[in-house]
Amino acid sequence: MLSNYAFIGLFAIVAVIFPFAGFAVSYLVRPKRPDPVKEDVYECGLKTIGETWVQFKVQYYLYALIFVIFDVMSVFLFPWAVAYHALGLYALVEMFFFLGILAGGLIYAWRKGALRWV
Amino acid sequence: MAFVSDLFVNSWNWIAVQLARFLPPWAAELVMMFAGVVVLIAFLLFMVMLLTLLERKVVARIADRIGPNRVGPFGILQPLADTLKLIIKENTEPAQADHWVFRLAPAVAVTAALMPYAVIPLGRGMVGTDINVGVLYVVSISSLTVIAILMAGWGGCNKYSLLGGMRAVAQMFSFEVPLALCLASVVLLTGSLSLVSITEAQRELWLVLVQPVGFLLYLLCGIAEANRSPFDIPEAESELVAGYHTEYSGVRFAFFFMAEYINMFTVSAMATIMFLGGWRGPFVDQLPVLSVVYFLLKVHFLVFLMFWFRATFPRLRIDQLLSLSWKVLLPIALANLMLTALADKVAHRAGLSRMASAGLLLGSNLVLAGVAIATLYLVYERRRAPSLSRRYEIHWH
Repeated sequence: MLSNYAFIGLFAIVAVIFPFAGFAVSYLVRPKRPDPVKEDVYECGLKTIGETWVQFKVQYYLYALIFVIFDVMSVFLFPWAVAYHALGLYALVEMFFFLGILAGGLIYAWRKGALRWV
Repeated sequence: MAFVSDLFVNSWNWIAVQLARFLPPWAAELVMMFAGVVVLIAFLLFMVMLLTLLERKVVARIADRIGPNRVGPFGILQPLADTLKLIIKENTEPAQADHWVFRLAPAVAVTAALMPYAVIPLGRGMVGTDINVGVLYVVSISSLTVIAILMAGWGGCNKYSLLGGMRAVAQMFSFEVPLALCLASVVLLTGSLSLVSITEAQRELWLVLVQPVGFLLYLLCGIAEANRSPFDIPEAESELVAGYHTEYSGVRFAFFFMAEYINMFTVSAMATIMFLGGWRGPFVDQLPVLSVVYFLLKVHFLVFLMFWFRATFPRLRIDQLLSLSWKVLLPIALANLMLTALADKVAHRAGLSRMASAGLLLGSNLVLAGVAIATLYLVYERRRAPSLSRRYEIHWH
């Protein structure tokens, strides 16, 4: 068990080092000639107008909120699904209630227009 | 002959035995682990190179072109030339960029793309490590890609990048929910989260035959998760220059590219393991060396489907994309999970044989598909009807 996670740890270390090794190799061989024109932001070749980091559309935030609910749901679902054969009829009914409440929430959000892109 | 029949595993064990002769056991184990990691990552690099070439060849053929054919015979050395070119290219960086976020984003993308392969079984006995929460691990690690893309979108100080990054986040988490639900119904049927046990559970019957709707949903969501066309709005060339990687060049761009292809391979590999029986196939028990061949064939079939989609389907708009996920795929995935649970319980209670219960599951799945298609058709007709009659009124009066 522990050696399983040791392997994942080792894999993680190598996977983190790997891109930096790539950067290092490229750093040694690539040219470095900075130039004001090269350091410009590329937006179709014209000078950019206005700030980039401004307030953003609220829809992204609404979708994110709904997502959090359903993501927590899937966290609850996996243990239930693994143990499903060992559980009785009660677990099925229980999960139907749970999913029913969530589906109700989805329908509510839908009717409220939270899923509409304006 | 016995050695050759399971060539890769046997040679691996042979090396381990040789190492154990002159190293203390813990050192031998550590060296073998490290070798495993290196082999897996090298395999992935090779696959990325192969996929870039295959994609260009396949899409070219579909568009009635020839594709790369200048570097090496049939252009097979083209990926090497591309790699070399990207490594020796200058890395430009906008002066106003958020420099560290900008520089770290490609590294995060590659790390997140590589990590799932610690648990994905590529053949019989050929798996980095078999942990008992494999499915959960792969789902959670691959969602880290979102962070890399948002970092890239934010860091570049470019409006197109930021827009691409925001779109990527909205898209990837929207499609993650139905994807997790599809995986949950597979987990429910196999009763395990370990990818090796899920493959073993499909000894008699591939799950795609029991869960065709789940498979299709998974494939759609997977393509969206990998940001592949027709769901590639985060990097829509026709509207956002290149989306979140507009400002990247050289090796940093190469890493984003690599991460995208690895993610594509991961999605196909997971679909293969969860629905197409992983490395299982005819004669695999007598000749285990075939297992990796079967696995790669199935994965490449799915990858080919993705290339095909890219060559033939137009790109969706962001509102269409999010509607598709929340209003179509999510309800179907929820209904699929509930029906699967119900049918499985009924089959269990009634004490049906394996084949009969598989038939029941398949039947309920097909009914679901029929209801879903009928509903979609009715909604579409109702939406279309007013505009049509209005057109007639204008025409007649």
